[in-house]
Amino acid sequence: MRVVVDFDRCQSNAVCMDVAPEIFEVRDDNLLYVLAEKPAEVMRPKLDEAVRRCPTQAISIAED
Amino acid sequence: MASSARSRRIVVVGASLAGLSALETLRQDGFDGELVAVGAEPVLPYDRPPLSKQVLQGTWEPEKTELRDQAQYDLLGVTWHLGRRATGLDPAARTITLDDGEPLAYDGLVIATGATPRWLPGSVGLDGVYVLRTLDECLALRAEFERAPRVCVVGAGFIGAEVAAAARQRGLDVTVLEALPAPLARAFPAEMGAACAALHLDHGVDLRCGVTVAGFEGEGRVTGVRLGDGTVVEADVVVVGVGVVPETGWLESSGLALDNGVVCDSTCAAGAPGVVAAGDVARWPNNLFGETMRVEHWSNAVEQGAAAAKRLLAGPGEAVDFSPVPYFWSDQYEAKIQFLGRCCPTDDVRIVNGSVDERRFVALFGRDGRLVGALAFSRPRLLMAYRKLLAAKTSFEDALAHAAQAG
Repeated sequence: MRVVVDFDRCQSNAVCMDVAPEIFEVRDDNLLYVLAEKPAEVMRPKLDEAVRRCPTQAISIAED
Repeated sequence: MASSARSRRIVVVGASLAGLSALETLRQDGFDGELVAVGAEPVLPYDRPPLSKQVLQGTWEPEKTELRDQAQYDLLGVTWHLGRRATGLDPAARTITLDDGEPLAYDGLVIATGATPRWLPGSVGLDGVYVLRTLDECLALRAEFERAPRVCVVGAGFIGAEVAAAARQRGLDVTVLEALPAPLARAFPAEMGAACAALHLDHGVDLRCGVTVAGFEGEGRVTGVRLGDGTVVEADVVVVGVGVVPETGWLESSGLALDNGVVCDSTCAAGAPGVVAAGDVARWPNNLFGETMRVEHWSNAVEQGAAAAKRLLAGPGEAVDFSPVPYFWSDQYEAKIQFLGRCCPTDDVRIVNGSVDERRFVALFGRDGRLVGALAFSRPRLLMAYRKLLAAKTSFEDALAHAAQAG
């Protein structure tokens, strides 16, 4: 699985970082950085939660 | 876990964010019975926050507010009754009534009918006066904005503030009228309201606080807003943003307890067998804060929709409290405003990072020695760290110590 962020939607709410800090980091420049673009399968529940809770619905998962 | 014998048909009233979250959670948790959703608007659920931001500014087309694609809906397997309202509920018969008089039986019911904007006396039926809740209202207002009107916004809450920001970003003349001495003064300590006011003054909004609206000028179409002192603010378009009322009219004869929303217990159960409520319409005791609340924000719709769905599927003794840390955000101009938790005007407030003058800061709110809320202007990384502290009922002293360390 691959983490996909639509940066046109992302407004750096940092909710994803709160849910899955292993994958997402909003830095002091107020931009989101994806730390693990292809996270281990064990991260899927957290990633699903980040997708669901993202206030701008900017995150999706690609299965490739 | 799910038992299709216990709940063969679950009906969700409200094709909303909360309703969609409930539907998805039901399927994720293994409910394989029939799912039926009823929505007053003639369209599938869409995302409302962009309506007062990107769509109104004209940078997004309305399609971008769609929450799911067709493939996702196909997987979900829901029968949608769109453009239809529920008009009644009979909890003993486990039936709701639709607006054509047709009954619809349920084994489980999720009430997610949301809220409706409040209008002001004298503004109803006058052309050029708008509220902003639906996509249709947004597009009508956007079309008005394209004619370069003078805009008057009544109410400096978050909707009013975002509409004002969108209008200024389109170069329009904007006046904002607020009854309270500062924006958000009912919810926030005065200096936070002042910070919000400063943003609008920075961007050329004519912000007038402490004024009352006495009426509207114009025959057929609005030409201005008349204030309590007789002054008339001339305007081609007026946007009324003075709050919402929960959509509970259809439940009045149901016997459910209604009090500024559907009264739920701490697990989102609405007091009748198999009935739960979620989102803007639900009022419930949040035991994390020891407070009964109704929350009108996006994140709560998602989280409570899910919690209500799980409540329906829970067996005896399995119900869990819904006790989240409320969260909302607002994008105005280049500022990102974020708030976690609760606050009231009398809370102890400390700015722990940045300053109001920089328009970048983190402020913490304390009550009875406990951290109850955190507000940030354009400091998302720092703000989010406080969610776990709020969830852990951290003392105000420890939260301030954390802030001293985190910078």
